[in-house]
Amino acid sequence: MNAGRSFIEMTINGEKRTVQAPPMKRLLDVLREDLHLTGTKEGCGEGECGSCSVRMNGELVNSCLVPVLQAEGASIQTVEGLASNGKLHPLQQAFLDCGGAQCGICTPGMLMAATQLLAHNPHPSMAEIREGLAGNLCRCTGFIRIFESVIAAAAQDVEQQAQETPHAR
Amino acid sequence: MRGNPDAHELVAPGSLPAVLAMLAASPGEWTPIAGGTELMVAHAAGKLEARKLVSLWGLPGLRFIETSPESIVIGAGTTFRDLRADSTIAAEFSLLARAASWIGSVANQSRATLGGNLVNGSPAADSSPALLVYDAELELISVRGRRRIAYAKFHTGYKRNVLAADELLFAVHLPRRFALHQQYLRKVGTRRAMAISKVALAATASMEVGVVSEIRLAAASLAPFPARLHQTEAALLGHALNPETINTARHTLLAEAQPIDDIRSTAEYRRRVAVNLLDELLLQLQPERRSQ
Repeated sequence: MNAGRSFIEMTINGEKRTVQAPPMKRLLDVLREDLHLTGTKEGCGEGECGSCSVRMNGELVNSCLVPVLQAEGASIQTVEGLASNGKLHPLQQAFLDCGGAQCGICTPGMLMAATQLLAHNPHPSMAEIREGLAGNLCRCTGFIRIFESVIAAAAQDVEQQAQETPHAR
Repeated sequence: MRGNPDAHELVAPGSLPAVLAMLAASPGEWTPIAGGTELMVAHAAGKLEARKLVSLWGLPGLRFIETSPESIVIGAGTTFRDLRADSTIAAEFSLLARAASWIGSVANQSRATLGGNLVNGSPAADSSPALLVYDAELELISVRGRRRIAYAKFHTGYKRNVLAADELLFAVHLPRRFALHQQYLRKVGTRRAMAISKVALAATASMEVGVVSEIRLAAASLAPFPARLHQTEAALLGHALNPETINTARHTLLAEAQPIDDIRSTAEYRRRVAVNLLDELLLQLQPERRSQ
């Protein structure tokens, strides 16, 4: 059976985009296959690993668990939306500086979860960082360098970062 | 991904009355989907049986928290992030706020809804033990009208409940009379974050001069569905908390619990941990009523 395709309009990284897709297609697959935004990765496909994390209307979501119809009209931020004008987002720079990225599969999701955390809590404690990133699994770094990256980004230009982060409530 | 998106229909009528009309027009044909944290996992694995789904996500009439002097009413579409952000829930229903903080990760809590957790009906559901010891009532809705039932009467078997084919869970009502109760909740899982519970125990209680004057106990993963532990409650109610009472309560709980072996744990482990949790609760109970 073919359930048909719908036209679905979303704002992706500030830009209005329309896709034609089956309503049950995962937002993850629409981002990667229809919009060619392959920064968002698939790890487990069941909401456990966080590789596919994106921000939807200011909330962190696992894009593998969002049927694209439920993203209709939503504002989505992916890892491609972090850098602006050729300049890395402070979190990206901190991951680079602190060795927060190794193989790189978890990194886009880590960055989005960390962006979400700092948008609501610009000065997180270590416990809050651990909780904010608990849904994002990394098999390379042992997490410590990732936590250090978040601390470094939070320390640097906190005010500016909060303003530059779209979708904060 | 092994699921085929073309094999499933998904519609979003956009309003609660429109959804209810669809359910009434062809009862049993449409499967409601809210935040998708359960059904989309099945979908990705190619195991989603439902062919026709109707979206509840974003319906304004389902996502709300209303506070009155007597009660707090939580719309079924309220997410666990919403629950964690509510000050009344944090102050008076702290067990529910804590349970919400245990549900997966931030990304899961942003999408998973209270109604979805209850209707899915996992024996391990995180929010259930807290709601049971707060005497939660559920409000169900259909084109035929609304009805209220005690949450304790909602689950009827493993992943079965009293919802009619044309009905939705509309809201959870919590009476605001537990602020001064002694409260307990502990979940035991494989690790601190993200783990589904092996066993969880919740309690609300009052003590008068060392005697248990009021007690509600509820557990996850000790039965085919989350349930009150009425026999163990009876072993404690009206008794002084002495070694004899505690021993009787332990044995009653061992007899009352009906855990199973599954991928997360064994029945034997669950029994032992349940008794340990009961011990911890009873050690924590203060002999006098709390006062403000």
